[in-house]
Formats: sequence, structure tokens, C-alpha cells
Amino acid sequence: MNKTVNQKAWFFVIPVVVLVAFNAVIPLMTVVNYSVQETFGNNEFFWSGLDWFKQILHSDRFHQALRRQLIFTFTILAIEIPLGIAIALTMPRKGPWVSVCLVLMALPLLIPWNVVGAMWNIFALPKIGFMGHVLNSMGFDFNFTRQPGDAWFTLILMDVWHWTSLVVLLAYAGLVSIPDAYYQAARIDGAKPFAIFRYIQLPKMKRVLTIAVLLRLMDSFMIYTEPFVLTGGGPGNSTTLLSIDLVKIALGQFDLGPAAAMSLIYFLIVLLLSWLFYTLMMRGEEE
Amino acid sequence: MGLTWMAWTWPTAAFFLFIFAAIASMGVWEYYRPGGDPRRGVFMIDTTRGDRLFITLVGSAYIMLAWIGLVSTILWWPLVISLCWAVFVFRYV
Repeated sequence: MNKTVNQKAWFFVIPVVVLVAFNAVIPLMTVVNYSVQETFGNNEFFWSGLDWFKQILHSDRFHQALRRQLIFTFTILAIEIPLGIAIALTMPRKGPWVSVCLVLMALPLLIPWNVVGAMWNIFALPKIGFMGHVLNSMGFDFNFTRQPGDAWFTLILMDVWHWTSLVVLLAYAGLVSIPDAYYQAARIDGAKPFAIFRYIQLPKMKRVLTIAVLLRLMDSFMIYTEPFVLTGGGPGNSTTLLSIDLVKIALGQFDLGPAAAMSLIYFLIVLLLSWLFYTLMMRGEEE
Repeated sequence: MGLTWMAWTWPTAAFFLFIFAAIASMGVWEYYRPGGDPRRGVFMIDTTRGDRLFITLVGSAYIMLAWIGLVSTILWWPLVISLCWAVFVFRYV
């Protein structure tokens, strides 16, 4: 097929370029400018070169926050993606229950992030929260405000509750777009359910799953409100993820230079991981 | 207004001018040689010219960061390594 070459069509991209420039590129430029300077307020800046980058790269605090962030991100991806696919596979494709299931699945996504954090905070409190009370009644010594393991358990459970629905809805959209003819052909060939999943459903869901993985990867790397409201980064620093640490440096300590350097390193990590995931998942798509 | 606006400095301004010049030159290149020159290189991934610029820039950023973290904040050598990386990416990736 011959591709139409119309270079003037590129002018239609200009509004998007202007929009992205104002909401992303200009703030990013300011961050880059801050990352090589020191400020004490009054809009006065002093050149510090690349010292902030060196400080952040050698900082144990940054390494620990990054380690916690990677553990959090890959744990929730390992749970939410398979769980989302499994739930989408069990949902009805036709009939009145479709709307009911879709609305139920969409509900967690409609709740504001700070409310989710507050809800789970109350829900998991050891004395008055339902989950905390039940776990303690069962003999577990559960207290997410005191024990790091319990805080992590609650944090991951909260994220899974809040965001698995997104994976479900995307996977479901991929599943309902598969024509019946594929299933009929599989039945004629005597394919078992796992073979249908492996060779029909999974390949057909590949694009939406790529979007789901990328969205959850980027969102989980940038997550702030829910863990901040739930645990405040504690107990100690046990649930201080990168974003919480960044806000502590930038707004708590008003160290704008180190915070800007950390933001850029953070940005590069998210960029690289997203690109790697996208490239690996879309590999062979054209074949 | 001068350089105090957005806390600009000459090195950061030069950095962004280089990035914009690189993107603009991609546009000019695309105008005269449309199609993006897609191919599959040594990493066995499909790339166009824009992808190669992206890989070059991100790779260079990591080379610089690695040098700052492991060696020093003087970046002449990592700049040379980054230029070699750019040639490698545009030639073979």
C-alpha cells in the first residue's frame, strides 16, 4: 500500500506542541535550571554546577527510597496485571450483568486519591478499623502504624484495590473486541481453554495490556497522595517512596537544588523503564 | 528580565538550545527524506530516526550520570563517550 506523503499535515501538530510546551517543557526547563544552582529565597541563585547530582547519586537516602520504589512498583505490577486479566476473563460478555460489572469495576477509579488513603487508613486501624480488628481477632499482631511489614501489606492492598480495576477495564475492552470467528475456529480445532487464552486472547489483548502496564508503571512510580495519607512514609522511613522523599527535600527542607537534581534522575528512571517496557512488549508486533 | 527569569543560566540555555536544534534538524531531515528511515538494527528493535535520537539522548544522560556518580563532575570524557554512542546508535541501532 502506498503511503500518502503530505508534509503540510505536520502543521496540525502545532497546537499540541504549544500545549505540551506550556504544561511540561517549561516547568521541566525550570527544574533543570534549579538543579545546577543553590537558592536561599528572594529569587537569588548561586551556581553550584553538578554538585547536587553527585550528592543525590551518592546519597544512601536516595538509594533506599529508590529500592523501596522499585519493590513497590514491581510488586503491584506482578499482582495487578495477572489479577486484572483473570477478572476480565470471568466477566460476562453479553447480557444485563455487563453494565453491572463495568460500573462495579469503575467505582474504585472514581474515588479521589486522598479519600482512598483516608479510607484505608481508617479501615486498617488496629482498634477501630474493620480490617485491622479482624486481623487482630484472628491472632495476627497487625498494626500498620508501628510495623513496617504491616504498613507495606496495607499499602500494596490499597493500591491493588484502587487500580486493578483499570487493568480489568482495559483487558475487558481487548477481550470484547475479539470476533466470535476466532473462538469458533478454536472450537473446531478442539482447542482447550488455556490454548484459547494463550494463542487468541492474550495476543489480541497485547496492545491494551501494553497501555495498562505502562500506565500502572508510570503511575506507581509517581504515586504520592495515597501512601502519604495512609502512612506518611512511615513507620520510620519504611514506606517513604521516591515522591514522598522528593517532597520532603523540596518543600520540607526547601532544598530546591538537590530536589531538582533528584527530580531529573527520577524522571530519567521513569523514562527508561517505560521505554524498555514498551519496546519489549511491542517487539515483533510488526511481524 | 535577563537570565533571572526562570533562573536561567548560560550552560542550561545552551543545553536546551542543543536539544531544540537536534529536534528541529530531525524535522528538516524528515522534510527532505520522508519516511523516518525505519530499520531493525543490532538491538533487534525497529527504530526510526526519531527513535534513534531519543535513544541517543537518554543513553547520553545515563552516561553522564554514571560518570558523575562514579568518577567526577568534569564531563569532557563522558561527552566524548556520548558522541561515540550517538554515532553508534545512528549507524547501527
